[in-house]
Amino acid sequence: MSAVAAEYSASEMMIVAAARELAGQRVCFVGVGLPNIAVNLARRTVAPDLELVYEAGVFGAQPARLPLSIGDPTIVTGATAVTSMFELFGYYLQGGLIDVGFLGAAQIDRSANLNSTVIGDYATPRTRLPGSGGACEIAQNAKSIFVIMRQSPRSFVERLDFRTSVGTRVRVVVTDLAIFHLADGELQLDSLHPGVTLDQVRSSMGWQPRVAESLTETPAPTVDELRLIREELDPGGVYTK
Amino acid sequence: MRDAISQLVHDGDTVAIEGFTHLISFAAGHEIIRQRKRDLTLCRLTPDLVYDQMIAAGVARKLVFSWLGNPGVGSLHAVRRWTEGTEPRLKLEEYSHFGMVARYTAGAMNLPFFPLHSYSDTDLPVANPLIRPVESPYGDGPIYAVPPLKPNVTIVHAQRADAAGDTQVWGLLGCQKEAAFAAERVIVVVEELVDESVIRADPNRTIVPGLVVDAVVVEPFGAHPSYAQGYYDRDNAFYLDWEAISRDEASLQAWLDEYVYGVAGRHEYLEKLGRDRMLALRPTSAPSGSVDYGEYR
Repeated sequence: MSAVAAEYSASEMMIVAAARELAGQRVCFVGVGLPNIAVNLARRTVAPDLELVYEAGVFGAQPARLPLSIGDPTIVTGATAVTSMFELFGYYLQGGLIDVGFLGAAQIDRSANLNSTVIGDYATPRTRLPGSGGACEIAQNAKSIFVIMRQSPRSFVERLDFRTSVGTRVRVVVTDLAIFHLADGELQLDSLHPGVTLDQVRSSMGWQPRVAESLTETPAPTVDELRLIREELDPGGVYTK
Repeated sequence: MRDAISQLVHDGDTVAIEGFTHLISFAAGHEIIRQRKRDLTLCRLTPDLVYDQMIAAGVARKLVFSWLGNPGVGSLHAVRRWTEGTEPRLKLEEYSHFGMVARYTAGAMNLPFFPLHSYSDTDLPVANPLIRPVESPYGDGPIYAVPPLKPNVTIVHAQRADAAGDTQVWGLLGCQKEAAFAAERVIVVVEELVDESVIRADPNRTIVPGLVVDAVVVEPFGAHPSYAQGYYDRDNAFYLDWEAISRDEASLQAWLDEYVYGVAGRHEYLEKLGRDRMLALRPTSAPSGSVDYGEYR
């Protein structure tokens, strides 16, 4: 058991928690930002054989720098395969080869359905969000879905303003406060991050969550995990501060 | 470029400037703005800054897309200003990534629709009634379908082509090929014009044959601030700067005045940005191993 780090940010806790959940997984559809760091951390720790797939059309990417965009040239150089998007979505995703897909969203409901389309009415939105991108088909075709998002009553809502993707294949939701897993179609609070109380989690969401009988504490990031994040994966602290 | 846009892009056209992060023809987008085209229907999976700029310039009345944002940075503020609130000025027709790819594919293949495993139990078919369920004729139940997309004009940027328009690309391929084959007219913009023998020496790399190409425009750095694999990096600093430039309508219009209306073409745009900025985007070399096609006589 390696030493536990004294200080870390909420983003670092989210990355570490998501990375540990990737143990034993083989093929992962990656997004930019926190998921990208989590996946690369997993590859250096619990899942050395993890293959990185990017929706831009790359299988087996080995990014040499932290990409700002999903289509950065660093995901191409040194990859196993570069495909058209038709092949990537058609053969790899719909063909059933993706074990894990990472998704984020502006809103999530108790069944882990996600909204990344609009806040407010669709025709006259208060906030126009990016929309589906590949999320809609990733949610339906990857074998399991990981969600990383910050928790607040505005993001964890009783009712979505728009359902962009379905929650049925969501396995885990990692927030800045806790870890939820989908159990019988409903998100269940399974683990609180160190220093977080149950009340704090409850007051940061728009419904009363089902709580696991064996509610545990998320192990804090280890010195080793933090060193990898800070020295190798996000040395500029772009996503993790 | 001036001739290609004036002859092949008409007011009211459906236009696709494709390229997924990679090879986005900003040079063509800027020329369309300078020629003050109007009422275009713009199609792209990821509208990116190029459509934010074109929409801010007033060339479009409709946007067909699947992901609307400044990748890795945040929002497309011009598009948001045109679409949020009680009186949207821009029509949106929205799909998912695979939905858009499937639309171009159906367009290229002359299919009446393309079925895909997506959209079930979501609000997307409600928001866009052109996404429709069909029953499998083989008894496998319902599946969602999208209609073909056949742009009047598709514009693709590429590393190289010959004078006949035979076009080669490496790095991310996006759906350049599908969008080109689906279109009535195709403009190819390249970093380099090469001899036909260069194309014929590596035919696996050809994504679009000259057969479907109407114009070849040579425009080095024509994809900036997007990138061309092996030629120059994505200018991420500009994507980050665009956040501040585009948040405010006046500063966005001032940017267009200076960098689009205020220049005659790509050459002046690049001079304005400075040689050093462009040279700093040059990657170091990582050549592919060559393959041997063999000689068969």
